[in-house]
Amino acid sequence: MSTIDKLPLTVDHIPEDRRHIYDAEPILSARDLVITFGRVVGLDGVSLDLYRGEVLAVIGDNGAGKSTLIKCLTGAYLPDSGQLRLDGKDVAFRRPQDAREAGIETVYQQLAVIPALDIASNLYLGREERRKGILGSVFRMLDKGGMEKRAGKSVQDLGIQTIQNMGQAVETLSGGQRQAVAVARAAAFGSKVVVLDEPTAALGVKESGMVLDMVKQLRDSGLAVILISHNMPHVWDVADRIHIQRLGGCAGVITPQSHDMGEGVAIMTGAKTLSRS
Amino acid sequence: MSSTTGSAAAEFARRQQSPLQRVQGLLHKRPWLSPLFLLFVAFLAFFVATPTFLTPSSMGILLQQTAVVAALAVGQTIVILTAGIDLSVGAIMVLSMMVMASLARDGGMPGLLALLIGVALATLAGLVNGLLVTRINLPPFIVTLGTLSIFTAIALLYSGGESIQAEHLPRLLNFLGEGFGIGSFRLTWGIVVVVLMYAVMAFVLSQTAWGRYVYAVGDDAESSRLSGVPSRRILLGVYTVAGLIYGLAAWILIGRAGAATPNAVPDANLASITAVVIGGTSLFGGRGRLIGTLIGALIVQTFSFGLSQLGVNQQWRYLATGVLVVVAVAIDQWIRKVKA
Repeated sequence: MSTIDKLPLTVDHIPEDRRHIYDAEPILSARDLVITFGRVVGLDGVSLDLYRGEVLAVIGDNGAGKSTLIKCLTGAYLPDSGQLRLDGKDVAFRRPQDAREAGIETVYQQLAVIPALDIASNLYLGREERRKGILGSVFRMLDKGGMEKRAGKSVQDLGIQTIQNMGQAVETLSGGQRQAVAVARAAAFGSKVVVLDEPTAALGVKESGMVLDMVKQLRDSGLAVILISHNMPHVWDVADRIHIQRLGGCAGVITPQSHDMGEGVAIMTGAKTLSRS
Repeated sequence: MSSTTGSAAAEFARRQQSPLQRVQGLLHKRPWLSPLFLLFVAFLAFFVATPTFLTPSSMGILLQQTAVVAALAVGQTIVILTAGIDLSVGAIMVLSMMVMASLARDGGMPGLLALLIGVALATLAGLVNGLLVTRINLPPFIVTLGTLSIFTAIALLYSGGESIQAEHLPRLLNFLGEGFGIGSFRLTWGIVVVVLMYAVMAFVLSQTAWGRYVYAVGDDAESSRLSGVPSRRILLGVYTVAGLIYGLAAWILIGRAGAATPNAVPDANLASITAVVIGGTSLFGGRGRLIGTLIGALIVQTFSFGLSQLGVNQQWRYLATGVLVVVAVAIDQWIRKVKA
């Protein structure tokens, strides 16, 4: 088996204008996460650091533990052992709701949007805002106008021009626009971390480009972004660092500058391994 | 630059819509428009056919006849909006009615207490439906098919199959059959209660988070859960509130029928489902407006009432209702395929 050196990852593998990201403490760090399902080992001691303003891509073959890792970070699974620190504090998420309340938003592959509801209702689903005063407290009336206005702003902040009318039902939108709604929701409420699971998997070239632009927008606004993708050109386009999952463990962390796509895929599939010094 | 070409393209796309697509888009936004149109046509046809149809006294009777089914259909609507179905509507109403009446007559209870116990029992029956649907994860069709038989059997066993006439009941239980008139246009308090039920539930569905969740759970339960909607709690709530509504319908029915009869309104289940479906609410959940249900209930009763005024065989009414249900479901399927 051949090995690729250029590891460990050093500051030389990060473009100069982006090095400042790594001066700060990681916003999210996982240490030695282990989870088993019966006799199957899902994660075998995986560690990960995530910094504000960076896009960390997670790649790996089917069954390598990408989704399991993400589910441990977002509260869908509770790891058997290992530590999770968010913004300097130890955390343990028992439900997705816990992670969400702590500032980690997830855009699921199946999007979790309600087709029959309009865009504004979808953006605020599960955290509706009520009107002020007696109308809100006694009659439980929703602040529809306010939510619609703020929804419009969230969508505009992401630079999405094709969506104008917040009262439009989501089922009348294209696949890319639906993805945009889901990303806008994560961006509007994710105060620290946004996790995107295969956001371009079902999209055409043009719509994929739009979604990748949104990912860059999220990163530039200071959020930490985790991007799970099978699409190597997309990963090499937007990622600052690339975490490679293999057989339940981390096969290494590379950057688009340190390794090319071919090498990344080779590590991912086990054709090559990263030498450790 | 890109935004101007984008909006120009959008403008172009809009111009390309055929009149049929525009109708589809309109019905997608307002599914109650087609039943409203149908109600209007039915009124016009009966008005032309028989001069006695559109008189104040006829209209009052039409509304009184619609009241019970319209009340039941409020509960049926919220259940169907969650992609469920409730076959136990009639059974819960009759059980609640028989308990109210017999507590008041045989138990000698004051009217108010008997009424409250009857409504509470109906609410409990709805809760049982909800628990079976949410805790044991049984399909609503099966759950309510089972409870239909169970509640009907309890009602028959409890009442011994006997009717209780209105004169043996306290005034409060008969009160919703009383009314007031403006000239020959007579309304009952039961109709007032039905209108209030529609107003309150329409407000809840369109203005509160709970209402929004009812639609969300019905449209896509899994996505709702991932979005932080407490799906099971919403479902449980829907079946329980539906039970409460059937209890109120029982009160309306005593006033309307002038008696508590264990085999009253035998077609309550189908009539309530028919009203909901004709009113434009989707049987697949997540779509529809409560106002459509009211229109749907009025349509069914208008056909029945109009045909009887014309002296036509009532079987034609069933034929017409059947055709309407099929057409309504077909329209629903069509408007679900709408594209912007």
